[in-house]
Amino acid sequence: MRRLLAVLHARNLEFLRDRGTLLFTLLLPVMLVLGMSFVFGGPERPLFKVGVLAGQVERASRPFLRERYVEFIAMPERAAALDKLTHQQIDLLFEPRTPPLYWVNTDSPRGYIAERLLLADEADARRQPVTGAARRYVDWLFPGILGMNMMFSCLFGVGYVVLRYRKSGFLKRLHATPLSAFEFLSAQVLSRLGLILFVTAILYVGIAAIIGFHSAGSLPLLVLLAVIGALSMIALALTIAARFSSEELVGGMLNLLTWPMMLLSGIWFSLEGSPRWVQWVAHAFPLTHMLDAARAVMLDGAGLAAIAPHLLFLAVATLVFLAFGAWSFRWRLD
Amino acid sequence: MTIPVIEVHRLVKQYPATTAVDGVSFSVPQGACFGLLGPNGAGKTTTVEIMEGILPPTSGEVRYCGEPLGARFREDAGILFQKTALQDFLTVRQSIALFRGLYSRGLDVDEVIRLCSLEKLAERDNRKLSGGQQQRLLLAIALVNDPKVLFLDEPTTGLDPQARRNFWQLVESIKAQRKTIILTTHYMEEAELLCDEIVILDRGRIVAQGPPRRLLHEHFAEVLLELPRQDFPPAARTLPLRILDARDRIEITTDDLEGTLRTLLAAQVPLTQLRIRPANLEDLFLQLTGTELRP
Repeated sequence: MRRLLAVLHARNLEFLRDRGTLLFTLLLPVMLVLGMSFVFGGPERPLFKVGVLAGQVERASRPFLRERYVEFIAMPERAAALDKLTHQQIDLLFEPRTPPLYWVNTDSPRGYIAERLLLADEADARRQPVTGAARRYVDWLFPGILGMNMMFSCLFGVGYVVLRYRKSGFLKRLHATPLSAFEFLSAQVLSRLGLILFVTAILYVGIAAIIGFHSAGSLPLLVLLAVIGALSMIALALTIAARFSSEELVGGMLNLLTWPMMLLSGIWFSLEGSPRWVQWVAHAFPLTHMLDAARAVMLDGAGLAAIAPHLLFLAVATLVFLAFGAWSFRWRLD
Repeated sequence: MTIPVIEVHRLVKQYPATTAVDGVSFSVPQGACFGLLGPNGAGKTTTVEIMEGILPPTSGEVRYCGEPLGARFREDAGILFQKTALQDFLTVRQSIALFRGLYSRGLDVDEVIRLCSLEKLAERDNRKLSGGQQQRLLLAIALVNDPKVLFLDEPTTGLDPQARRNFWQLVESIKAQRKTIILTTHYMEEAELLCDEIVILDRGRIVAQGPPRRLLHEHFAEVLLELPRQDFPPAARTLPLRILDARDRIEITTDDLEGTLRTLLAAQVPLTQLRIRPANLEDLFLQLTGTELRP
């Protein structure tokens, strides 16, 4: 018992004196709770989603727009709104003019009920029927699963490996050679990139065969996206692994990055309808851009021009993270 | 005049709580085996790591062949650190090949394996080597670029006597190729055997510098008499002799052996376990610092 207490005491001292780790250990659960409350909290969720063809929804202007349990979403672009209706991502599309105009997906049971509700308030509304099957959740989830796997592989694979090299003195030995920090980091990036692309390709082929998925868009474009997306997340891992020497601190920081991305990047569910600032935060994460672009290509058949803003964000993020990583890189223990 | 391979000029390394290196200057001539000696905490590893370009000095300068340390030095230097882990899951040959790939010139991997007697271990996982084998592998890695200057930082610490002697033989063979070697050690026997010139550091400062034989000659024209501490009565400490306390013994230095023996006999000091021997580097350190080496 005496020996156990001695070891327990020493370990407690070590933990308490590692202030960075301590801070993250305390901070992480608080941030997770806050993140969950922002995503899942708030007022009760509405039963129906209705798109309104307008810059903003003026609820007082129409009796229908004052209905309870219906979420009215302003949609300035008709084509994009109709696309969402076709895939049953909204239940009805309403244009508040005189006489009012609405579109309903005749394949959607929720659309049927939303239409009854509309006609109770707006009897003279003109009907424009569209058809289209609901997008399968599994198809929508597929890019998220691939992205999540890439994120974990990039962040933890690279982060811990560099940390282990530093702690063992291997980095110090490399420092005594002509090898530069940039060369070392580039080698790590390329090694992990090759591995991730290989694993992701196997996952893609395997899962697509199991669930019967066919990408609507170009496969080479998906490969390009996977390369740039993976690079951005490997580079993000290097910004953390570049400097620190404590497994617990690095683990905490990696968790601090992965959990918000898990919750906010749209792996499991769409953030449509969540507070605007939550969406704004989500778009600071590389994974959000990668998934948005992947879904656009895989589900909607988007081309290079359509996902170019996402690719640009990922490329710039990669360069910024790599530059910071190279600048802050340390070969030896602090 | 030949430019020294390494010049260390007024080197200082300060940490918040201590000054590890305090104004050290020396130069290492071409082809010499140069020893940095001192107890743990003397500042020798800090000094050598600054010389290797691994640590930045607080002030002072290290020059390689008359130039500040730079790309040329990194190509020309071979380094064996006190502790180094290698990449996991690599064989001995793969580990050497990895480092060979980091230099623009050097020896063939098989040649290095042969030089360090690693032929039978070449395909073994580097994690499955004994301490002596591991040191031979690290020496092979240090030699892979055919270095002009080789740093060996306490290379035999923790090795058994046989492995240590094997390692010394390897270093002797490297010396025979007229490579410049910088050796840090706290084994005096190692320094006496291998080094052409030494610097003794204590508390960050140089306390002696020169060829070992010359230093011993300068400081010890005498012989040393060793007696067990329990045989040396407290009253004998007042005798007109140069007496030093070692771990478990008393050491007396003298150039008049007969006279000293007569004095000890007159003071009724038991001489049954008396040992008379010439001075060595450990004695030199003892005399210069008043303390024993602390390996």
